[in-house]
This record gives sequence, structure tokens and C-alpha cells, in this order.
Amino acid sequence: MLSRTADSLFWLGRYSERAGNVARGLAATLRMALLADPLSAADEEWRALMIATGCEPAFRTRHEVLAQEAAIQWLTLDAENPAGIAACVEAARRNARTVRTALTVDMWEAINDTWIEFRRLDSSAIKGDRLPGFLDWVKSRTLLFNGAAADTMLRDDAWRFCHLGTVLERADNTARLLDVRHAAFEPGAAADAANYAQWQAVLRSVSALRAFQHVYHARLDPTQVAELLILRPELPRSLLACYRRVEQTLDSIATANGGARGECHRLAGAMHAKLRYGRIDGLLAGGLHEFLTGVIDQNITLGQEIGRLYLNGRQP
Amino acid sequence: MADRPASAFDEMHANGVIRPPYAEMARFLEATGQDALDQKRREAEVLFRRIGVTFAVYTEGGDPERLIPFDVIPRILSREEWERLSKGLEQRVRALNAFLADVYGPQEIIKAGRIPAELVRENEGFLPQMVGFTPPGGVYTVISGIDLVRTGPDEFYVLEDNCRTPSGVSYMLENREAMLRLFPDVFTRHRIAPVSHYPEELLETLKSLAPPGCDGGPKVVVLTPGPYNSAYYEHSFLADEMGVELVEGADLFVRDRVVYMRTTAGPQRVDVIYRRIDDEYLDPEAFRPDSALGVPGLMAAYRAGNVALANAPGAGIADDKAVYPYVPEMVRFYLNEEPILSNVPTFMCERESDRDYVLANLDKLVVKLARGSGGYGMLVGPHATEEQRADFAQRIKARPGDYIAQPTLALSTVPTLCDSGIAPRHVDLRPFVLFGRTIRIVPGGLTRVALREGSLVVNSSQGGGTKDTWVLDDAPPAQGQSQSAAGMRQTMGGMSQGMGGMTQIMGDMSQSLGMPAPDPTPAAPANDTPRGDR
Repeated sequence: MLSRTADSLFWLGRYSERAGNVARGLAATLRMALLADPLSAADEEWRALMIATGCEPAFRTRHEVLAQEAAIQWLTLDAENPAGIAACVEAARRNARTVRTALTVDMWEAINDTWIEFRRLDSSAIKGDRLPGFLDWVKSRTLLFNGAAADTMLRDDAWRFCHLGTVLERADNTARLLDVRHAAFEPGAAADAANYAQWQAVLRSVSALRAFQHVYHARLDPTQVAELLILRPELPRSLLACYRRVEQTLDSIATANGGARGECHRLAGAMHAKLRYGRIDGLLAGGLHEFLTGVIDQNITLGQEIGRLYLNGRQP
Repeated sequence: MADRPASAFDEMHANGVIRPPYAEMARFLEATGQDALDQKRREAEVLFRRIGVTFAVYTEGGDPERLIPFDVIPRILSREEWERLSKGLEQRVRALNAFLADVYGPQEIIKAGRIPAELVRENEGFLPQMVGFTPPGGVYTVISGIDLVRTGPDEFYVLEDNCRTPSGVSYMLENREAMLRLFPDVFTRHRIAPVSHYPEELLETLKSLAPPGCDGGPKVVVLTPGPYNSAYYEHSFLADEMGVELVEGADLFVRDRVVYMRTTAGPQRVDVIYRRIDDEYLDPEAFRPDSALGVPGLMAAYRAGNVALANAPGAGIADDKAVYPYVPEMVRFYLNEEPILSNVPTFMCERESDRDYVLANLDKLVVKLARGSGGYGMLVGPHATEEQRADFAQRIKARPGDYIAQPTLALSTVPTLCDSGIAPRHVDLRPFVLFGRTIRIVPGGLTRVALREGSLVVNSSQGGGTKDTWVLDDAPPAQGQSQSAAGMRQTMGGMSQGMGGMTQIMGDMSQSLGMPAPDPTPAAPANDTPRGDR
């Protein structure tokens, strides 16, 4: 496969996933912000989400106060925000367009219809009562794209690179969503209503509130919530599940491309092993925030190494 | 029908009778009615938008990815009409190719005094880099698009040859697919020659030019300037249909005069390049040094015989508008045959006698730039104002060599679905000719239609649309013809308004559906690096 094609597929997978993840984060935050004090401080919630999505500094250059309305606009429709939904949709479609030949019609239509629909939206689409519906729509478009890819793509390199982008982005997102509420998971965090709401919000943002009950059959407990999101193989959005697929996908890419491996394979293997054989107590011993920051940093390095080996066009 | 000018030949409805190829279509249109057709037109638009068949127009604001309007009423040719066209096309393309082999070789046509030497050697389309080099298979014009217009039952003219990177074939294919989806019933009532095998024919043609000794079969790629090129959809469509890689210049590199592409498994050799990049951007080492679209060293690899390029660089000399008047002479000179397809008589302003005639008859002529494309920079004499004509007269006097002129032709019309109902609109036809070891022509082509009433400019960049083009495999059933003809007269009642003054030639057609000026690929926004620190 052309390196440039692989690059576009990888980023198509990432941006499509990211659009859905921003919507997930936003929906959880919106819910928290609606809960009145003392359960939550709305401003804190929006600030946390901005940090989680990595777009706080740019927002700060445009707005002095972190008001809810401005934050929502910035994260949804404002194309100036490179981490916002609008920019993700645009970038996913741009990448899809350059690799039309590698996509199935169903995938292309999933992306292209989203893009067409998005261009028709005006600011009323995110106002008041319409916002939850909008966020559900974005989430469903990402689910549709993932379903179209899973159900219609040949299992060749096109699938592998697109899927690699999806699962790498998902791992990054799960780490960020959890990290943004890490305070509620610190040892000694009170099992009060405020923290309970935080734990719920985290689970909700990865569609895992019911999954928790199915796995643990118990009241929410911060350590178990963290364990579910980090170490449980059954949860498709857990860090372990994501890295297992990153490693498998990188392995099959190596096999399909002459067998050569690189630093990205070593990194992915190391991260997978750490999660697979790790225990939640051990991981939390150095602090949840420290652990998750490490994951996010390594994820960035892993993405760069994948680029070096496959996406940037090696020339002897 | 009284106010319909006698000079405009309608392909469906000539002299008050439905012509045989349209008999079934006339019945269908009559039975279907405007509302149902309007509904189909809307469905067609949704279909094209969903598939993403778009066309970028640079000079306008607004939606950068526009649809080319698609008309749901097909243009129909009988098998007999097509056979004659097809023979004429093959003859013409053979002559053009022989001309190219000659001007880059012994130049016998010049020595024989059949074409002026300076017209060839001083022509911008003439590439000195190609002199003395024979391309693989001796073929220069692997893919040509020949633009035809019609003025009567048996009168077809070649308006222009396109020997560089003719585009539009994806519309021929997508239009047919759209028609199959929109009107399955109509297809069962006709026997229409298929066109969907074009990509296979193209791939076979390209493979037949591969250098000898490719391991594991020739590796073919399509080379595009990138997603910002107006014809990008077509590039990706053809690559997809042929099952080959769509590459940009940066995906290729040359080492030891062999072309490779950068892949996830390391470098991979390339044998045949169907390039949709203009000559001057192909290789910064051989042509424009500022080209970021091309591949450094590509021409050296080509001249070493290690890669085939389709079409050959330098093929543009054969479709130059100043060379065009000599094509019938090429047919006689190289093939010893009489041309089957006629040229439109052309006045070359460079010649004094022609220039005097042109200046005296500007109100009757169409004046074009000898090297323009896309319908820009032309004067349609009968429709122009006194001022515009005076302006062109000045320009012709200042730079006579830049201009040619042609008489106005009474172009044929085909019924077209317009806002006000079905009405006749002027059309042209671009069939595509493939030349490898043999010549292959898929029966059909791209019919372009001037959607504005009375307009003769069919360019997609100037508000033209397209139609599906049918070649019937046999004559449709004859029964009921007179009845439907009578009915048609009613339906067509609204068709005749405002047809005056349409006896002029169509605008020239763009070689590559409007390739924009110098570097058509602005830097694409880069994918971001992963989100940074928190």
C-alpha cells in the first residue's frame, strides 16, 4: 500500500473516532454541569473538558471567561478549533476523499453524508434542547462509520491502518476522559454524591454504566471503575482492549508488509504487556493521574513511531 | 414548430417526425410527464451528491464541490450512425498518432510541404525532449477524446481533438449507472450497447505498453495532481475501477532511471503511468523546475525505456488548434485515405487573406484563442455586442497568430428537461478512443449539453450539463411510431420558444475540464500531530 494512502486511512480512523469521542465527552460534561451545586461546579466541568480535549489554550486566546455557551460552540461547530467536532468531521472527510479508492461505498457514504449534513447546520442546532440530540447524532455517525468499516472492508492493509487509527485514538480518549476526573479517584476520595456523579459520568462517556453492573454486580466503587476502564479485556473501550488491538493490528501489518518490525511494535507490545499483566493497585500506587499522563505521552510516541515506519514513505 | 429555425437539427424530432432511434423514448416521455421527470431529476442529484461525483470550479465562490448538472433524457444514436463515427474516429486517431511519430522523427510531412515547418517547430506543444525517441509500442495518443458536433442526419464535424489528458469518461460511466438506477424499465425496452467495460479496456491498453520483463505482470498506476484538481474524482474513479494505485508525484521516486512508489512495504517498481498531469509539470528536472506535482528524473526513466507514460509527453502538438486544420491532410498523407470525419472550416488569422475575411465577418464567426481551453477568451460573433467585436478586432490585429475563427454551425439539439418543461438544447459528443496494440472504442461517449436556452457553450465550467449517450444495438420496434409522433408534437409544443440565433459553433472544450493555472495543488492541510501535552 502507498504510504500516503496508509497515512490517510490511519488519520481517517483517528478523526472519525475523535469526532465521536468529543461528543461523548461533551454529553457527560453537559450532564454534570446540569447538576446543581454542590454536586458540581459547572465552570470547573467545562474547564476540565477543555483540558481533556487538548483545546484549552486556543480557547483562552479567544474567550476570557469559560462560559458554557462559548465552550459548546467551540467544541462543536467552530471550525477554528482543530480538536472540535467540526474540524474532525472536515479532516475525516478530507482524508476519506483522498483514499476513496481504498474505502467501501458504505464507508464513504457514512463519512460524506455526515460532512454534507454538518455543512447544513447552523448555530441553532446546538442550542438548548437540541444539543443532546446533536451529540447523539455525532456519536451515531461515528458508530455508523465503524460499523460500515467492520462489516464491509476487506481485511487488507486498508482495513488495518484505518482500524489502527481508530483503536489508538480510542485508547487516547479513554485515558483522557478518566484523567480529567482523576481527583474523584484519588485514595481517600469521599464516597459522596458529588464523587458518585463523577464516577457515573466517566462510565457514561464510554457507554459503560450498565457494563459496570454486569461485570461487578455492585455499587460504584472508584477502584473498580478505574479497573474497568483500564484493565478489563471485556470492555471494548478499556485501555487493555484498545492496546490489545493496536498490538494485533500492528502485527498483521508487519506480516503483510514483508515481516519487518520497528520501534512501534516494541512500544505497543510493552504497553499491552503492562496492561495485560498489571494490577489496578499497582498501577494506582504511583497515582492515577501520573499513570494516565504516562499513557497519553506514550501514545503520542507510539503514533509518531507508526508514522516513521509506515506512513511517511521510507526511501532507501 | 413554426418558429423553430430550419437550420437547427433536432435529433429526436426532425421535420415533424420522431426519428427512429428515439421512437421508444418519445413514447416514454409522453407517458411519464413533467412531474415524474422532475422527481427523477431530483433523485439523480441526490445520487450524484452521495457518490461524490463533483467537479471543482475555481473562479466562483460558494460550494467548491459542485455537481455537473445531469439531464435525465438520454441522447440516442443508432448502431449505423455509431459505426460510421467509430470508423472515422479510428482513422483520425491513427493519423494523429502517425503525425506525432513523424514530427518527433523524420518530419516527412514537413519535407513534403504539407504543413508549415514553423507551425510545428515553434509550437508550444512541440517538446524538443521527445525528438528522436520512440515511446513504447510507438503509441503517443493512448487515450484521446475527440469532440464532435452534428448539424444534420449524416453531418458530423470534429470540433477539436484532445490528445493530452482528456477527461470526462467517468461521467460517461456514472451517467449510465445513474440511468440504470433511475429508469430500469426504459432499459428493458431498448437494447443499449454497454459502456461499463471501459475501465477494463483501459487497463488492458495500458498494460500492453509496459516495458518488457516486468516481474509478476506490469504495475500500472494513475498519477494525479491531487484532490484539489477539478478532475480528481475521475482520477480516483478510474484507479478504483481498474484496481490500481492512485498516486501523486510525491508517492513516486526515481532511482537508477527506474520509477518506484513509496509503500508501507518499502519501494515498489512502477511500469506504466497513466498520468493526468500536464507535460510541463511531469518532471522538474526536464520541464518546469518549480513543479511540485511531478517526479524528478521521470523523463530520464522514460527515455531509458523503463517506464511507459500515457499519453506520451509532447502529444499536445497534435491537438493544437493551429495544427487542427491540417488533420484531414494527415489522413491523406499517412493513411492514403479520404477523411471520414470532416473538420469545421477554420480561418487562421495569421494568414493575411484569412485575417481580412475574419475582420470583415466578425458578426458571423466564432473567434477562439489558438491555445485556449475551457471556453474562456472566445468571441461568439452573432451574440456579441458591437463593442466586444471591436475589442476582438483590436486583439486579432495585435496578435494574429493567437487567433483562429470558424463559421457558425447549426448545431443539433436534443430534448432536455428544463425548468419550463422539455425543450431542445444544443449538444456535442466526446467519444473516447483507446490505442494500445489495437484501437478500442467503447460505444458511446460523453454528451455535453448547453443548458441555457440558445447557448452553445457546453463546458462544465460555463454552465454546461451532461447526458447519458446511448448507442442502440438494433432498431427499436416500428409499431406505433406515427401515433407517438403526433403526441410528441403536443409535448414539444413548449419547446420552440426563443430558438432564434442559435446557429453558431460551440465553445471549445476544455482539455481537462478546466485545469487551473500554474500549480493546481495548494498544500493540503496536514494531519495534525497527536494532541500535545495537557
